[in-house]
Amino acid sequence: MKAPYLRAFTLFYLLFLYSPILLLPIFAFNDGRVVAFPLQGFTTAWFAEMFADQNLRIAAKNSLVIALSVATLSTVLGIFAARASVRYRFPGKAPLMGLIMLPLVLPEMIVAMALLVVLLSMGIPLSLFTVIVGQVLICTPFAVAILTSAFQSLDRSLEEAALDLGETPWSTFRLIVLPLVMPGIMASFLICFTISFDEFIIANFLGSGQPILSVYIFGQFRFPAKVPSMLALGTVLVCFSIILLGFAEYMRRRGIAKAGGKDSGGFL
Amino acid sequence: MAATPGSEARAGLKLISPTAIYVILLLAVPLATVLIYSVMTGGRGNVSLPLTIENYTELASKSVYGYILLKSLLVALTVTAITVLLAYPVAYFVSFHVKPERKSLWLFLITIPFWTSYIIRVSLWFVILGYGGIVDSALASIGLPPLNIASYSILSIIIVLAHAYAPFAVLPIFVSLEKVDRSLLEAGQDLGESRWVTFLRVTLPLSMPGVIAAALIVFIPTVGDYVTPELVGDGKEPMIANLIETQLLKLQNFPQGSAFAVVSMLMVGIVSVVFVLWNRRYIGGSK
Repeated sequence: MKAPYLRAFTLFYLLFLYSPILLLPIFAFNDGRVVAFPLQGFTTAWFAEMFADQNLRIAAKNSLVIALSVATLSTVLGIFAARASVRYRFPGKAPLMGLIMLPLVLPEMIVAMALLVVLLSMGIPLSLFTVIVGQVLICTPFAVAILTSAFQSLDRSLEEAALDLGETPWSTFRLIVLPLVMPGIMASFLICFTISFDEFIIANFLGSGQPILSVYIFGQFRFPAKVPSMLALGTVLVCFSIILLGFAEYMRRRGIAKAGGKDSGGFL
Repeated sequence: MAATPGSEARAGLKLISPTAIYVILLLAVPLATVLIYSVMTGGRGNVSLPLTIENYTELASKSVYGYILLKSLLVALTVTAITVLLAYPVAYFVSFHVKPERKSLWLFLITIPFWTSYIIRVSLWFVILGYGGIVDSALASIGLPPLNIASYSILSIIIVLAHAYAPFAVLPIFVSLEKVDRSLLEAGQDLGESRWVTFLRVTLPLSMPGVIAAALIVFIPTVGDYVTPELVGDGKEPMIANLIETQLLKLQNFPQGSAFAVVSMLMVGIVSVVFVLWNRRYIGGSK
């Protein structure tokens, strides 16, 4: 490897990217309510405070329910759209796929507000359910993107062989297609779960003040006394998402290896 | 399967229908509603006829709306420029100077921070840059005066956004650099051009589609960001999303808020179309 300057720049860039995440555990274990240097000594008090926080527990449970529902729904909707767009030609395909992928290029606030205006006008009360409905819109494009590449790497002759051997279209899908795209489905589920768990705008505006983790964190950072326990929570969340992502990346690579393709890079 | 075009179309439409119905009902209909509301007469929390363009003339007549639109546009374009300029050398390094089997590990390292809680990352910057925060206290411990960066709202918004969306920019640039035919570079150098000139005349133009895609991917979420101006900028420098919130939720002025949302969508749309057209030039040129 040559190019020492480029290498140094890249390492410096990584340091910039990681700096907040590296500071998280440092101050989460720091024995001082004020988040500033010099460090005061080691403590696990903030983690204890975090675990004792009843509201936090409710918020975490709500977020978990939302994220699991959103990941499931988005992945299912993603399977329909990705399969249809890879496998079939039909009228209106381009505009329909464009509409499905639209939230990727639309500021999230606009999606949230448009939905909110309609819900308020129809008199539908805001709840965890409306948050799920909104977040599915945001997550489905990601699911479609991941699943499209999974369906594309599928060898069509395998399906044709199964059909020729007398399987019905549905049993072919279940026995041949589904197992082969399973890694893509897992990756899509994990990515959608992560996005939903992290999502703030829809959780805040379509949740009408329900305790949801991202909204709760946002609120707590305004009280300096609460910041250390939020840093402890952040440390836990970062570890959690690195584990999830490592798993998603593993599934993705296994999927590519299974389909006999070549690894071309990371997510998206 | 000897599918006729007609049966194939039916099968495709049937398969896509659940997703299509979902997005039509919950995305297309709400967006259309916003469009219709923006030309209606409004009071607090309701809308009524007659149709009017007053909401739009109101936007044009009050300079605060134009100021916020322009500010959001400039902040987002600055962030986009910084992000793309910083990301290019990184993508270049990974594509040209990292062994093929190590590439996905590097990309994975670059993307991890993006997938860790956005709200925590942004909030952390609030603690890092704030008065008496991590930067200031670190400076104080080596005897330097505090910078109090957070008091410069726009500067701190730019820093935080450039950090938050950085990994977004690396991936598309990397993908386009990977597609650059390496033999073209050798040809350029065999014909006596320096490495720098080869880069300017071959690599850079060929990777422009990735650069423009990266710019677009960073620009869109940045221009609509809500959390950063609210938290890091202390709400003193609202951007588009914050104003939409004020109009629709705090003032409950649906038509006015809708008109502002439509105008901002148009603005984002126009910038995106400019990017896409610019991109087309390079795609046309490289084939």
